[in-house]
Amino acid sequence: MSQHTAHIEEHRDDEASKLGMWLFIFTELLLFGGLFLVYSIFRMQYPVEFRECSLELSVTIGAINTVVLLFSSMTVAMSMTAIQKNDMKKALLYIGVTLFCAAIFLVNKYFEWSGKFHHGLYPGSELMKLLDRGHHLYFSLYFFMTGLHALHIIIGMTLLFVCFFKMKKQSIHSQDYVLLENSALYWHLVDLIWIFLFPLMYLIS
Amino acid sequence: MSNVSANSEYVSYLDHHGKYKGIMSWIMATDHKRIALLYMYSIMTFFIIGVVLGIMMKLEMLTPGETIMKAKMYNSVFTLHGILMIFMVVIPGLSAVFGNFFLPIHIGAKDVSFPKLNRFSWWIFVVGSIMAVLSQVLKDGPPDTGWTFYAPYSTTTSSNVIMATAAAFVLGFSSILTGLNFIVTIHQLRAPGMKFFNMPLFPWALYATAWIQLLATPVIGITLLMLIAERAFHIGFFDPALGGDPLLFQHLFWIYSHPAVYVMMLPAMGVITEIIPTFCQRQIYGYKAVAVSSLAIAGVGFLVWGHHMYTSGMSDTARWFFSLLTFIVAVPSAIKVFNWITTMYKGSIDVKPPFLYALAFIFLFIIGGTTGLLLGSVATNVQVHDTAFVVAHFHYIIFGGMGFAFFAAIHYWLPKMYGRMYDFKMANIGLVINFIGFNLLYFPQFVIGIQGMPRRYFDYPAKFQPAQLVSSIGGFILVTGLIIMIYTLVKGARKGAPAPANPWRGSTLEWQIPSPPSVENFDEEPVIKENPYDYK
Repeated sequence: MSQHTAHIEEHRDDEASKLGMWLFIFTELLLFGGLFLVYSIFRMQYPVEFRECSLELSVTIGAINTVVLLFSSMTVAMSMTAIQKNDMKKALLYIGVTLFCAAIFLVNKYFEWSGKFHHGLYPGSELMKLLDRGHHLYFSLYFFMTGLHALHIIIGMTLLFVCFFKMKKQSIHSQDYVLLENSALYWHLVDLIWIFLFPLMYLIS
Repeated sequence: MSNVSANSEYVSYLDHHGKYKGIMSWIMATDHKRIALLYMYSIMTFFIIGVVLGIMMKLEMLTPGETIMKAKMYNSVFTLHGILMIFMVVIPGLSAVFGNFFLPIHIGAKDVSFPKLNRFSWWIFVVGSIMAVLSQVLKDGPPDTGWTFYAPYSTTTSSNVIMATAAAFVLGFSSILTGLNFIVTIHQLRAPGMKFFNMPLFPWALYATAWIQLLATPVIGITLLMLIAERAFHIGFFDPALGGDPLLFQHLFWIYSHPAVYVMMLPAMGVITEIIPTFCQRQIYGYKAVAVSSLAIAGVGFLVWGHHMYTSGMSDTARWFFSLLTFIVAVPSAIKVFNWITTMYKGSIDVKPPFLYALAFIFLFIIGGTTGLLLGSVATNVQVHDTAFVVAHFHYIIFGGMGFAFFAAIHYWLPKMYGRMYDFKMANIGLVINFIGFNLLYFPQFVIGIQGMPRRYFDYPAKFQPAQLVSSIGGFILVTGLIIMIYTLVKGARKGAPAPANPWRGSTLEWQIPSPPSVENFDEEPVIKENPYDYK
């Protein structure tokens, strides 16, 4: 019976894993696509209010976060290159930098959000209920979309953490790095969504 | 257990338990065949619960006014019936059960591309199902919105809508992962020599289905999340009292839920396309047309959701456009029906239960499909919108179509899955009773629907009494047939005579291997034929 055991574990198909990740990325794009659709419908209805609200956001913090994420996308790509060249030290370093950037992004997000919370502006708050339609919708969408995006940042970070430890244990190496490649793909997706969120939320004033 | 047990290499997947013993060898299984059976047992359980709820509704409708339950209770019963049957039975039904079992075998593979992900899909299917059941028993009371969760009622009712929508979200995730797995499997694991156009047509149907699962399900996911946020924080996406747009919810809902109908139907068509050539011993007529029509249905099916909303408030331009597209999507479906019937012409037909179920499918599907065109044209739709006519059309498609295709599939493949035969005579009796019961149950609904009987009402004027009575009697006949059918199948699977490897003289790959298959499906490299339906 032994010839029947563990055929699944031995089977390795990197092409399949990558194709699977790309398909999963399609589903993520459609998930956010629904939100972008709702955003565009309500922005068409309340263009003035949306513009007023976006003045409340700090373009500086948003811009810093954009640069940080773009930079982290670059470092994760550099880590890929390093591992292909069998330079484990650099690969680990670049993943570390990526994770650091992700943490900066979340810290900035934390300050942004807590500033809003401090002013009584959070989903379900008394102040939100007093706002008129357009303002209420803008901030609801703002919290919903950036919140969902932050959740994706956390998922991406978890994936990269796993890669980091697997690289340390040498179970990801120059001959077998599809997990890192997929995590990097996912990280680029998270970055890409932010590239759309940033202008739509911050730069419409 | 099998006719090939003399071969020492051969170990049936039913006997091989791997690392774990007992029930754990099932829960922890990564073998696509074991996962398929897990899905089948869970789906049949939910199906039986759904049938019981359906019969409760038929009892209530036996007489005007309150018969066995109050109006609120009736709302909860049809909501749960809808959620169970749609999200837990017909959407996963064919692709998770027979797709899991036969897709890898049809393309000459040992398993799907991601066996562990496959197991994970079943686990979250179970989690989602438990959540759906929990929504019924938690303290706020069972949801009463209907399975469509239309806003603004769903944003304001005090019942357990959040739990039920969260359940639908989780079940959707399971569906996405199954679709993803199938697409990758078809791209990566076809045996050497198996090109796309050498595949049997069931994998083709599953391929088209998987793309819908993958691309449409996230839209309902985000919609349900927005609904949950709306209920939690009173945002006003959908609730007009808060200035929201309930039509927006309907659009987002049907952008998924219309394609979801094709998630149910395409694999059903795929099953019928397998059965008909086998029992006619004849090459399928128009192989490429059938294969491509699956993709066409999937593609156009994304663009017809507006036909659920003719009376909700849309511009005339939008209405005729959606109507036109609805008529276009009927064309590839009709191509399939034409090709099935043409395949039978001059075939040497072997009248066995699977073939009879396939014939019943075609009959019911034609009725369901043509009444769908009545609903797709704007003028008649305005007349019969939200009446029992829609209920009848929908059940002719979903139960008469997908349900009967499921029954056809299980009668076709049970010998392969369990290595045992069932009693043909009993199966035929079950089939006849099912067919009569089904038509008695749903056909009167067309009539009273045109006369103005609204759907989802627990009361009705006395003039509908005779039709409702016939319908309820049909319900009981159908349940009798189902009991006979399930009894026959269970008895066959447990104690039937051993099945030969190829009881129906089929030509696709699953019939070239022992019944039940071995753990790795193919102990020798399968021989891939140029034409999967090569009958001489």
